[in-house]
Amino acid sequence: MRAPAAFLALAFLPGPCQAAELVQYQIENGEIRASLTGQPGNPVRGRAIVAERQKGLCLLCHTGSFPEERFQGDLAPTLAGVGARMSEGQLRLRMVDGTKVNGQTIMPPYYRIDGLARVAPAFRGKTLLNAPEIEDVVAYLRTLRDDDAGQSK
Amino acid sequence: MWNELRSAGVIAALALCAGARAEDARRSGFDDMGPGTQAMQREDSSNPGMLSALEGESLWSAPAGPAQTSCASCHGEASASMKGVAARYPAFDTASQRPLDLAGRISQCRDQRQQAGPLPRESRELVALTTYVGLQSRGQPIAPPEDARLTPFRDAGKALYSQRMGQLNFSCAQCHDENAGGHLGAALIPQAHPTGYPLYRLEWQATGSLQRRLRNCMIGTRAEPFTYGGLEYIELELFLMQRAAGMAIETPAVRP
Repeated sequence: MRAPAAFLALAFLPGPCQAAELVQYQIENGEIRASLTGQPGNPVRGRAIVAERQKGLCLLCHTGSFPEERFQGDLAPTLAGVGARMSEGQLRLRMVDGTKVNGQTIMPPYYRIDGLARVAPAFRGKTLLNAPEIEDVVAYLRTLRDDDAGQSK
Repeated sequence: MWNELRSAGVIAALALCAGARAEDARRSGFDDMGPGTQAMQREDSSNPGMLSALEGESLWSAPAGPAQTSCASCHGEASASMKGVAARYPAFDTASQRPLDLAGRISQCRDQRQQAGPLPRESRELVALTTYVGLQSRGQPIAPPEDARLTPFRDAGKALYSQRMGQLNFSCAQCHDENAGGHLGAALIPQAHPTGYPLYRLEWQATGSLQRRLRNCMIGTRAEPFTYGGLEYIELELFLMQRAAGMAIETPAVRP
């Protein structure tokens, strides 16, 4: 797993995600309080990740205030106001691994590589998002304080 | 005698269906399609899946193998001999001691009876023959055989249906039981009843099998699909056919 050859091979794979080495984190009272990067994320980049279907995938299930994005899903709570409903640490835990909050959730674990079955070779050993991207999305979600936004049904 | 018994069984099954219908919340994917796509399926002249069925019809009587036998040489008119067959598959194959889906049975017959070699999975010919045989059961209720030898395979299919898979970590059940009727992006999540296979999928621009459709879902969850013809797909089909028991066969269906 940690052989140099494996590292080299993975380093040349395209894609957003990092291999093998995940940042360690602590879960306390339903939160991951510390930033995975030690830095605050960038909400502008975070918004782009959330809106982009192939990257964040968020709008396949969630609605939110994205007037430019049509065909948002309705399988999960709206993102509108989520920054008021949840703390930064709660959002971070839900992004990293929502199954830690609710074992039955359909939300994919965005920062986990273990305990997954039959992952396709192209995605094996990779997280959906890397640590800076998780922080960007968390920073963006924290800006969503308005409960009334995104109610376009 | 056997025919009488079987008729009685069918009547009993139909009566059960009729009784259950009032509370049956099951929906075929057909029920949720737009009127245009429904009309395309309903009218044989506009249903693109019928092209595959027609090709299958000519293959049915095309000689193959050293003895130049065709399906028709043994089975005669498909409209008589194949009626209701697709509604009972997958079935247990004594020779291989495992369940076979309809396509697998056709390919096995081609290989062992006609000695013309197996037909590759998802090949045009195999899809065509399967569609033609499936068409002979159109309108009939799905009637999985009561064969105890199938039970462990069906149970394995049920377990697979509930197993999370892929980087996105979804199980079939999470979408098609718990969230059926909801929308993944723009797409309505159907209840995933295998009533119409092989079917013409507009997204494919082709007629394809249930295994091809299951494969699409697995790729969508970023899972490694099972091998075509693999036992896992047949186990899943056994479970799905049981889950859809009593619903009408639509082959060849049309889906978005």
